[in-house]
Amino acid sequence: MTTRPPIPAHPRLGTRLAYRLQRVLRPRPGLRWLGARIEASGLARPLFTTTERLTKETLFGCRMCGQCALPVTGYVCPMGCPKELRNGPCGGVGADGGCEVYPERRCVWVEAYERAASQGRAADLRLLHLPIDHRRWGESSWLNYWQGRDEALWTREAGDTGDDRHVPHHQPALGGS
Amino acid sequence: MSLRDRLASGSFAVTAEISPPRGASIDPVTATAALLRDWVDAVNVTDNQGSNARLASWAGSLAALQAGLEPVMQMTCRDRNRIALQSDLLGASALGIRNVLVMTGDHPKFGDHPEAKPVFDLDSVQLLWTLRHMRDQGAVLSGRALRPPPDCFLGAVENPSAPPAEFRADRLGKKIDAGAQFVQTQFVFDVAAFARWMSQVRDLGLHQRCYILAGVGAVRSRNALDFMRDKVPGVQVPDDVYRRLRAVPADQTAAEGARLAAETVRQLSAIDGVAGVHLLVAGNEQAVPGILDEAGVRAVRDGR
Repeated sequence: MTTRPPIPAHPRLGTRLAYRLQRVLRPRPGLRWLGARIEASGLARPLFTTTERLTKETLFGCRMCGQCALPVTGYVCPMGCPKELRNGPCGGVGADGGCEVYPERRCVWVEAYERAASQGRAADLRLLHLPIDHRRWGESSWLNYWQGRDEALWTREAGDTGDDRHVPHHQPALGGS
Repeated sequence: MSLRDRLASGSFAVTAEISPPRGASIDPVTATAALLRDWVDAVNVTDNQGSNARLASWAGSLAALQAGLEPVMQMTCRDRNRIALQSDLLGASALGIRNVLVMTGDHPKFGDHPEAKPVFDLDSVQLLWTLRHMRDQGAVLSGRALRPPPDCFLGAVENPSAPPAEFRADRLGKKIDAGAQFVQTQFVFDVAAFARWMSQVRDLGLHQRCYILAGVGAVRSRNALDFMRDKVPGVQVPDDVYRRLRAVPADQTAAEGARLAAETVRQLSAIDGVAGVHLLVAGNEQAVPGILDEAGVRAVRDGR
């Protein structure tokens, strides 16, 4: 799927409100049930996905990678980084906090740090984000989140080396290893 | 003595950076290696530095190795996806290249192919994690076994002077969690700012989990100084350093730049937790002996 090129976006949703919504949208039996119903429906699924896209595009400049990191990045989308860095800023950030590639825009990670720290969540940025699955571009990450498919995206706590987090994307059918 | 052994022994390590040529010959690497062999523990071979196409890092690394100088192969995430990166690590390890330095890489916008597709399939932390996984778990990311797994000594980079300053030491911590065993920093012109970062690093105990090599550059002309200040992403040249290098006649900028580099090496070596220096002198390698001599690092190295 073709997507817009990554450009740093300033979130339009306040940090406090975002963390409050996070508590409401956390996976739970009701949402899991709802997600399963939506996924099963040929009509509801694309409608839901389009709604998610429009909402998150407006609020966060979302590009629909399908593997949302917003809950642990101060609700600043890391896929807006021109290098799509999911583990923190590169070394090219300007002295004023400007992006290396788009100096007139703020580095998403500078903004992520400020927003997360303002709510006492700076430690979130120490979590290790593992490589993403590029087959999931365009999917609804809300559905993936509620169904627990996002659990291996990042480590549980800071300092965790992620050794038990690896879920191979490819299981050879013939067992050839 | 290998770079890994030098660092493990606790004596002050010195590495330098060289750029492979834009051309199909390893001769320039061989010549530079001969010049640096007696002065540094290892030499970094850049990976299409500044997003400009050059001879491959693995080939330059192999040339240095054959010339008797241990290479540090740089690997960026800009040009290759996870398949190619894993493949290159296997190739390098099989050829005897042990040290690998992982970095995100400059964006293609800054090089001679601004129209190129930026890859960035993995970021630098994920690439470190992947390479450690290959070595320690003996498998590629798909889970398929490697026989034999690669042997490698993994390095990372960090820029202590780039925002967000409060997060930079934590970011190094993440890289160490992912697999970094040594780190080389971006240019240090502001020693006081670097010392502040080092105190955060020590507070987190990171200097005990990873060898820290501070980056030192030698400015060789007024043009290079302006370029460094205005064009190199993430590099900050403080006003007093800029004024000092502008105050000497233009034909003495290189000498003053080398003097400043030697002073910086001396100051950095006195900071607790600094394991060595990394000389960012690509294209100006002949300055290395003078800088190390003046910094008094040579005396330490005579016992090798």
